[in-house]
Amino acid sequence: MADVLVLDKICKSYNVGTPVETEVLHGIDLALSVGEFSALIGPSGSGKSTLLNIIGLLDRPTSGRLFINGQDTSQLGDSALTNLRGHTIGFVFQYHYLISAFTAVENVMMPMLAGRGWPDADMERRADELLDRVDLRKWRNNLAINMSGGQQQRVAIARALAMNPTLVLADEPTGNLDSKSADGVFEVMRQINRERATTFLIVTHNTYLAKRCDRIIEVVDGRLTP
Amino acid sequence: MKRWLPFEWIAALRFLAEGRLQTLFILGGIAIGVGVIVFMSAMLAGLQANFIKRVLTSQPQIQLIPPDEVARPLRRGPDEVEAAIVQRPAQRILSIDQWPKVRAEMQSRPEIVTVAPTASGSALAIRGDASRAITVTGMEPEVYFKIVRVPEYIVAGEARLTSEDILVGTELAKDLGASVGDKVNVTTASGRNRILTVTGIFDFGNKGANQRNTYVALRTAQSLLNLIGGVTTIDLTVVDVYAADVVARDIEATLPVEADSWIRTNAQFFTAVQAQQATNTMIRLFVGLSVAFGIAAVLIVSVIQRSKDIGILRAMGTARGQILRVFLIQGGVLGFIGSLLGSAMGGAALVFWHSYARQLDGSELFPLILEPSLFVVAAALATVTGVAAAMAPALRAANLDPVVAIRG
Repeated sequence: MADVLVLDKICKSYNVGTPVETEVLHGIDLALSVGEFSALIGPSGSGKSTLLNIIGLLDRPTSGRLFINGQDTSQLGDSALTNLRGHTIGFVFQYHYLISAFTAVENVMMPMLAGRGWPDADMERRADELLDRVDLRKWRNNLAINMSGGQQQRVAIARALAMNPTLVLADEPTGNLDSKSADGVFEVMRQINRERATTFLIVTHNTYLAKRCDRIIEVVDGRLTP
Repeated sequence: MKRWLPFEWIAALRFLAEGRLQTLFILGGIAIGVGVIVFMSAMLAGLQANFIKRVLTSQPQIQLIPPDEVARPLRRGPDEVEAAIVQRPAQRILSIDQWPKVRAEMQSRPEIVTVAPTASGSALAIRGDASRAITVTGMEPEVYFKIVRVPEYIVAGEARLTSEDILVGTELAKDLGASVGDKVNVTTASGRNRILTVTGIFDFGNKGANQRNTYVALRTAQSLLNLIGGVTTIDLTVVDVYAADVVARDIEATLPVEADSWIRTNAQFFTAVQAQQATNTMIRLFVGLSVAFGIAAVLIVSVIQRSKDIGILRAMGTARGQILRVFLIQGGVLGFIGSLLGSAMGGAALVFWHSYARQLDGSELFPLILEPSLFVVAAALATVTGVAAAMAPALRAANLDPVVAIRG
């Protein structure tokens, strides 16, 4: 099966060239294939978030190469990375991070709107379909502050899927939810993964959820455990 | 979501709407600033227009007079002067040399509107036992009254001038005990005299002018002043009153006449007008700057408050340029809406002040001039100021590292 993501000897250091230079990722090699549903686990400070930011093209590695759908991203400029990120990667964060000035449906439309520039009926229809998929259609016109944490996170999942990405990165998506809501959010992601063959990489501390994934990738002290 | 608005406008307007209180306060600040600018500009324009109107409707904008007579030193050789002291000769009343030609040339210049030849000199007005020194100005009413609008200042009788008529000021009429229809004996130093009928009495609002100025027909003055066929001055009005001095210098350079502009003859008044304009400009500049800093301060706070939103938008594929535009639009919208509110406030304050502030005689202190262009310029400048003020916060937002922004 084709690889959606390939990491080739990814290293990341902070304060490069200073006496306090710190390397947090040491030559990470990783490949995720289409439709894979993986958990990224590891203790706090092990480099999980740094790795996720690099995979999400939000941060650049100090050395090594990163391929998204076979495309080498190491030579891409800021606008090309932004474009690639917008079209191929969806993000779900721990604290939902819906934009509070917008309603649920508008939040879901936001990535499409940023990409295309002007709103249209097709965009709204797709946002409604995605809200339907996470069972929140009737909440479409609610602002984020008027929804529960679990509902906000489901909206965030719908938003992550708006551009039909090949890879969804979720940074502790259930970390801020009660167990029932966490289970619901996890199930939604799992179903979407099965229906659409979308690749998921989920950072989590929840070993119960991690065990329900296809694969567990563990990071310890900036290295992947065998 | 408005389908006719692009992403940047939608985000900018939503952010402003969400930070309601913050937006209202800065709009209030901008409105007060723009209101002050509109109020001051309109009021000073009115006051200035009033002053200029008063000055320019009672005197010509440029006056051409014959050059002074100069005594030339008697020379024996190229560098040898016979008489060491040269006494300045007394200035006789002289006609402008070939004045019809000068008038024709003035009429052909596009920057000159009205050309009125006059003959003026000193005389004595006598009625019964009373006599007063006067200045007799002889002119052609149909053109001269376009320059000095005597008919507008007539308080008794009418501004009619035949060769036997005279218009006098209120003070002179009072001193001579004359009213409309009375006869006045006008005698010049050379002994020439005419008996003239008072057909109109004017009030220029200036005691000196009302005492000394008198107006007669051109031929009457020429006869009295022994200037048959001659004129002592040619009075002009120009298209741009503020360019009068430049035009005067140009005329002097090309014709054998002296040209005095109203700017030179009213130097102190003109300096006061310029000082007023400079003060007004400075006040507007500083008010504008304070508005700009207010907008910038609010938007910088907004960028800090919205750093997570910016990080999320960047993570979702929003380009730096789009983020930049979101904040520039906010600055422009704040400036524009603030200017609309400010224009309304400034206009209302001006209407109130115009009806409240009166001169001693109860007439208006200044004419109410509310040009639509003032509001258009205020709105345009406030919008541009808003966009410029938003530049620093917008750049800061656009350059936010999404990882840092999301982490907060």
